[in-house]
Amino acid sequence: MKSFYGFIRKEFLHIFRDPRTLLILFGMPIAQIMIFGYVVTNEIRDIPIAILDQSKDQATREIGNKLISSGYFNLVMNLTSLDEVEPAMKRGNVKEVIVFEPDFRKKLESGIPGSVQIIADASDPNTANLIVNYTFGIMQDYMKQYQQGKPNIITPEVRMIYNEGLKGVYMFVPGTMALILMLISAMMTSISISREKELGTMEVLMVSPIKPFQIVVGKVVPYIVLSFINAVVIILLGFFVFGLPVKGSLILLLLESLLFISLALSLGILISTVSNSQMVAMFISLLGLMLPTILLSGFIYPIENMPLVLQLISNLMPPKWFIIVIKNIMIKGEGWQYIWKETLIMIGMTAFFLLVAIRKFKIRLE
Amino acid sequence: MIWIDNISKSYGERLALDSVSIQVDENEIFGLIGPDGAGKTSLFRILCSLIVPDSGKARIGNLDVVKDYRKIRKIIGYMPGRFSLYQDLTVEENLEFFATIFGTSIKENYDLIRDIYIHIEPFKNRKAGELSGGMKQKLALSCALIHRPEVLILDEPTTGVDAVSRKEFWEMLSRIREEGITIMVSTPYMDEAQLCDRVAFLQNGKLLTINTPEGIIQAYPKDILSIQSDNLYGVLMDVRNYPLVHSSLLFGHEVHYTEKGKSINQYQLKEYLKRKGHANVEMNLMKPGIEDSFLELMKE
Repeated sequence: MKSFYGFIRKEFLHIFRDPRTLLILFGMPIAQIMIFGYVVTNEIRDIPIAILDQSKDQATREIGNKLISSGYFNLVMNLTSLDEVEPAMKRGNVKEVIVFEPDFRKKLESGIPGSVQIIADASDPNTANLIVNYTFGIMQDYMKQYQQGKPNIITPEVRMIYNEGLKGVYMFVPGTMALILMLISAMMTSISISREKELGTMEVLMVSPIKPFQIVVGKVVPYIVLSFINAVVIILLGFFVFGLPVKGSLILLLLESLLFISLALSLGILISTVSNSQMVAMFISLLGLMLPTILLSGFIYPIENMPLVLQLISNLMPPKWFIIVIKNIMIKGEGWQYIWKETLIMIGMTAFFLLVAIRKFKIRLE
Repeated sequence: MIWIDNISKSYGERLALDSVSIQVDENEIFGLIGPDGAGKTSLFRILCSLIVPDSGKARIGNLDVVKDYRKIRKIIGYMPGRFSLYQDLTVEENLEFFATIFGTSIKENYDLIRDIYIHIEPFKNRKAGELSGGMKQKLALSCALIHRPEVLILDEPTTGVDAVSRKEFWEMLSRIREEGITIMVSTPYMDEAQLCDRVAFLQNGKLLTINTPEGIIQAYPKDILSIQSDNLYGVLMDVRNYPLVHSSLLFGHEVHYTEKGKSINQYQLKEYLKRKGHANVEMNLMKPGIEDSFLELMKE
């Protein structure tokens, strides 16, 4: 047991002595959360829009001017019929079309709610959602000035096209969390084990009484601790910087994170058994884990919109299940009864990867 | 102490060890000499239970290197050919780590490594990666010894180490032997063979000879002539074209020369060299060195 503690101590020394490792461990999570949080979602400026004004009265003109002068939108086209909407979006690079119904002002004056249809290109769901929210905000602003106490009389009717469900919005915190935990846990352990092989120290470790099992666990323990700290940091950043509250049980969320960390670590061990150098381990981790995590887990592209084959493949992606779980806990505030299936899948995957890794772990050099 | 019995090992098509049998007695320094690729490392890895031989058996004490690998790993100290310590840990941390994974402490066996460690102790807070070659070897030896092994296996410990450190290193080995530890060491430097109790000479996976260094020298079959000249290179080239030449090799400032027969006709050789324009040539019969013996063995 003492030799095991000695091993863990050594692992921590490696980590804390290497500035690059430290940077990846603690710099990357913060940088990624900030990048995905700010850069990817908040760039609303000069969005090309088109207006189909079937009323052409004072109210519709005022709303149009207000939208354009806000700086967020850029009017590139005035449409004359509904048939032109789709071509405009396809050819004209228009991201949003605002349709005012005929006799808009007349209705407002007689107290009947006037209808505005907002059609947004939701192939980029985050942006579409923001555009619509901004448009909506500006219209309500206008209404406040206009009605002065009268009941709300414009009912904007929002229709998202190309991605009607608008899945994938506010995904970046759960998604980034899955990405970072996956990357740190799997990549760092696989690199650290294959580094021992590459530098020849594994040879010396093998010719010692320490058991392979102890080597693996000793490698993993520091990264469990550090990844867990990362998970907490990400949850805190999500809350304090982006105002994403944890609606469900925090303890459940942390336990699920721990499970996912173990899953990623067992994958890391598996990778290290097939790679003999740090470079190979890194490439397998990046290509085999990071890309699928980003592309196939529902982090950026909604799984529902993928071709059937990719949807089936996505079931094999561990982060998919973790993202579902944390979305349910954080955003929907649901409890155990809604996530037990996903949890079981993750436990099964962990057990499977561990078993394969231990079977493949060599007690000799060849 | 070590029995190697008919060990063969091949990597794919290439035969690395071809029925090698060696016995190493308790408490001796046994040298394994051979050029790169001779199979030295493969043999050591088999002894350390790191690889499994294709055929043959090997034992350390009464432990089989394949079956009893767990026990073997407790009683041997192994120093691989490549520097295999943690370069980002300090000297002291490395030593401490290897002590703990063998379930011991620096204190417990300090007397065994003191003579070696004392050279690097002033740098104990320096990272292992920043040490010089000689100091790295001393640290690696300390780490391999820290658990007081019964058998010490050193794979080319002096490769890439300066001459002074090499000499020191061999002095350390004889002190370690006095502690009752059996040492098996490999080296590509033939001159180091003389510092072993017995040596085995390995080439292309085949064992060419096992003997004491003196025995190997005595077994040298021919007279050997040392030739010196101010145009040594020219002499060497011309001697190689001499009809009676068996071997002619450059050793520092002299050429070691043997003829096809056992004895050498010096007069005839001198005449030949004179005709080739080498007037200022000095020739002396000499005692063969261990390197002459090995080179002769390799030729055969």
